[in-house]
Amino acid sequence: MRSDALCLWESITARGPPAGQLHGAHASIALAELAHSSVLGGRLEELRDATVLIAVKDQLTAALVLLELDGVARRMVLCTPDLAAEHFAGVIAASQAEACVHDALGSGGVALGLRTSIQAGPLLARSAPRGGAHRATEWVLLTSGTTGAPKLVLHTLASLTSALAGQPPPPQPLLWSTFYDIRRYGGLQIFLRALHAGSLVLSDPQESVVAFLARAAAAGITHISGTPSHWRKALMSGAVTQIAPRYVRLSGEIADQAVLDNLRAAFPEATVAHAFASTEAGVAFEVRDARAGFPAQLVGGTGPVELFVREETLRVRSPGTAQRYLGEGVESLRSADGSVDTGDRVEERDGRYYFAGRRGGVINVGGQKVHPEEVEAVINAHPWVRMSLVRARRNAITGALVTAEVVLAEEGSARGARPPAATLTRELTERCRGALAPHKVPALIRIVPSLEVSASGKLVRPDA
Amino acid sequence: MSVRSTITSQFQQVAIEQERALAPLSDELKLVQSGLDSLSFAIIVARLEDALGIDPFNEAVEFPVTFGDFVRLYENFAK
Repeated sequence: MRSDALCLWESITARGPPAGQLHGAHASIALAELAHSSVLGGRLEELRDATVLIAVKDQLTAALVLLELDGVARRMVLCTPDLAAEHFAGVIAASQAEACVHDALGSGGVALGLRTSIQAGPLLARSAPRGGAHRATEWVLLTSGTTGAPKLVLHTLASLTSALAGQPPPPQPLLWSTFYDIRRYGGLQIFLRALHAGSLVLSDPQESVVAFLARAAAAGITHISGTPSHWRKALMSGAVTQIAPRYVRLSGEIADQAVLDNLRAAFPEATVAHAFASTEAGVAFEVRDARAGFPAQLVGGTGPVELFVREETLRVRSPGTAQRYLGEGVESLRSADGSVDTGDRVEERDGRYYFAGRRGGVINVGGQKVHPEEVEAVINAHPWVRMSLVRARRNAITGALVTAEVVLAEEGSARGARPPAATLTRELTERCRGALAPHKVPALIRIVPSLEVSASGKLVRPDA
Repeated sequence: MSVRSTITSQFQQVAIEQERALAPLSDELKLVQSGLDSLSFAIIVARLEDALGIDPFNEAVEFPVTFGDFVRLYENFAK
């Protein structure tokens, strides 16, 4: 894509009218239509130079609003569809929003005390042809803070597309899909990629994973992304074989060897890649060898994206890094040297770095540390395990103990009959004992029907 | 199963799992000489909470010294 485009629309039309489509759960829109139509009922001018809260529930509508507003508004605040009502006031104050775009499902800006409130869509209406870009609009993404109130992360189109800058368009149009919502960093990356490369099939929160995969399959997707939790859920559905992607991407959580192996088995023809990215740090790298972790030579190298490890924690400095957090009294997003502390601990073994869990997510068993992720990786390697959650259990003797909740793989013809739960928990304990120090071995292992995955597609860690 | 036999079987089970040589369990046996470490005790307490529905250690003012004290702590708490 062009790195000098002032706005998204200019960028995707630089080589002529875009040929791609955006496929929502209930409608599809040809991108070329947007040259002479509006999802804002022709009221775009009212939002010129304004800071606009995009509080739209429907994802396709949100995509159209972003395309129309970028280059016109001063700042766009991308509210996630699950943003709780009590957080709107804080988001408005921190972003200094003056206007709101909502849809029939979302609450209007008037209720939020904003001077301008425009209902978007659901359909495009013919309008005057789009003018040229006016300015570089700021993009504000929300990311879940530990206290529950979201943090506001300031990006520009340039920082959001830095991983794509200078990339030639693909020889054949690609058909992307993602389990993510495009208002989240991982989904927004796919949205921006898809706009420059072809088309996109959007997910829908009301749709089951089976129905979504069926829709993606019908559209003939070639590329698809999600978190490891999204993928485990998809693998458990038994419906992944409906799709035949050439490229499968994981990001947002640690991709352990088990989920990579499962995806490689499900899609033997596809490239299985896992990317490291966060809303604050941007896209740091992508690994395509279907092995957990990443090559050590990525650290300390030169290039636009610099990775380094300080106090066992990965840091990123790159053009894709966000500028800052918005709001008063917020912490600094970058340190003095311009790098972002990812909070992700890494360990080097044999020329490769492996993720060792989040700093702060540590369980303390009698003064000895346990990172839940290292235990989960051992459990998840068992052929009958689909996913697991390791957490602390309060204990009067050692302060805490390690416990594990495990979701088993579905029974299928290829796997045969599932062993009894007691056999499996015993096998899991034995595996952990063989691979981990005694204090890291779960004292209790429970088989559960499911684990909670958040709206952002990540395993909910209640102790985090 | 009585409280005592539940506790006895948990001591034996956890000792096997933790590969600890468990001393013969008598009321006079001092817990520090039982062969179990603090991780083993932590696991026993957690499993007993699941089996008996009580965790007297959460409120105990005095930690038991002997195996007999340990059993009585649970028996008294269960009443």
